Amino acid sequence: MEKNDAKKKLKLKVSAIKDGTVIDHIPAKSLFEVISILGLDTIKNQITFGTNLESSKLGAKAIIKVSDKFFENDEINKIALIAPHAKLNIIRDYEVAEKKIVEIPEKITGIVKCFNPKCITNNEKITTSFKVINTSPVALKCKYCEKITAENQIKML
Amino acid sequence: MKKDLISITDFSKEEYLRIMELAADFEANPNQELLKGKVVASLFFEPSTRTRLSFETAINRLGGRIVGFADPDSSSATKGETLHDTIKMVSNYADLIVMRHPLEGAARYAAEVSSVPIINAGDGANQHPTQTLLDMYSILKTQGTLDNLNLFMVGDLKFGRTVHSLLQAMSEFENPIFNFIAPESLQMPRGYKHHLEERGIRYFEHEEFTDIISEADIIYMTRVQKERFSDPIEYEKVKDVYILNKAMLENTKPNVRVLHPLPRVNEIATDVDSSEKAYYFEQALNGVFTREAIISHVMNLK
Ligand SMILES: [Zn+2]
Repeated sequence: MEKNDAKKKLKLKVSAIKDGTVIDHIPAKSLFEVISILGLDTIKNQITFGTNLESSKLGAKAIIKVSDKFFENDEINKIALIAPHAKLNIIRDYEVAEKKIVEIPEKITGIVKCFNPKCITNNEKITTSFKVINTSPVALKCKYCEKITAENQIKML
Repeated sequence: MKKDLISITDFSKEEYLRIMELAADFEANPNQELLKGKVVASLFFEPSTRTRLSFETAINRLGGRIVGFADPDSSSATKGETLHDTIKMVSNYADLIVMRHPLEGAARYAAEVSSVPIINAGDGANQHPTQTLLDMYSILKTQGTLDNLNLFMVGDLKFGRTVHSLLQAMSEFENPIFNFIAPESLQMPRGYKHHLEERGIRYFEHEEFTDIISEADIIYMTRVQKERFSDPIEYEKVKDVYILNKAMLENTKPNVRVLHPLPRVNEIATDVDSSEKAYYFEQALNGVFTREAIISHVMNLK
């Protein structure tokens, strides 16, 4: 009973939405990158977010609620590199209609920079493209220079 | 769909064998006018006289015409034109593009932009697949087979792209054994050893360059380059350790051949040149026949 109350209180910190998507369990430090990758900074939908919320798993987490927005898997999986534990609640009429987790896709186009300074993609305007050759830890093989960008070398574009 | 040659792994084992077959055909009859009436662009965004002459000889022996540039100072690239725009323009003029570029991945990108086939003549430290195919042709010619061979690779195995590509290509054949001889700082990268492990291929690593080469069928020498070392003392320690001389070949197998992508500095003593086991100059000549074969294959001329 007590536990439920605590949960309720935490939820109330970020207001509820009628229809849309709640993205939870985002590492707090990645919040603004997630917003930019999903293009949330350029859409007209109502968006609320909370950050530096307590999380036993992530230390500090962030949560985003986007009204009237339902993401395609391809779209949402783009955040998997920086928010691998993100969970999605699809909300319809104030109720959780569906839950989703993000998955690292097999191919990553754009988003990430190749770590190799001598790669053509770092010297000419070219969309980067990587094959995901390992997911834990993440390892990305550049389609162009064929070098492998390791998880600790990943930089967003 | 057009065929390009960007990385050695773009070709299947069947295609490797097809190139070998065609190279033998061109060796027997080098002048075949298969490119008559065709224009080949030879774009060297980075100078490499050796590779360029080999390609241009191959194109001439096939009866083709050549346009292009031999060094970046004469090209539009230095005037700020993007690789994209240069390739777009040239692919409208020519039937085939042979290109060398200092940046890694440049050839793969060019292949996406170009409407005509691209042959990668080297993209930075990444790939140089025509070198690998001529190495394979040299191995086949001297050993009569590409199966069951004991391959020794010596020198800079960390940065040497020729040994990496050769390892990938030869691992497609039956039962190879690899022996890597390199200083600790220049050992074969983990990824390539993993590639062998996945295929159950045996390999051995050594730091000493000694009589272990008595087991070799092929000794593939590479340059240990000073600029690869962050610590000059480390370079001084190893620079004279990986030198092959004639005396070292005394107890080797009669069929063993010494290969080197050239140019050499001091890693093969000149007294080896007179040994019948030295093969590096013939290897270079094989490059012309192999490149005739590669051009014919990507352009479906034969
Ligand atoms: Zn790259």
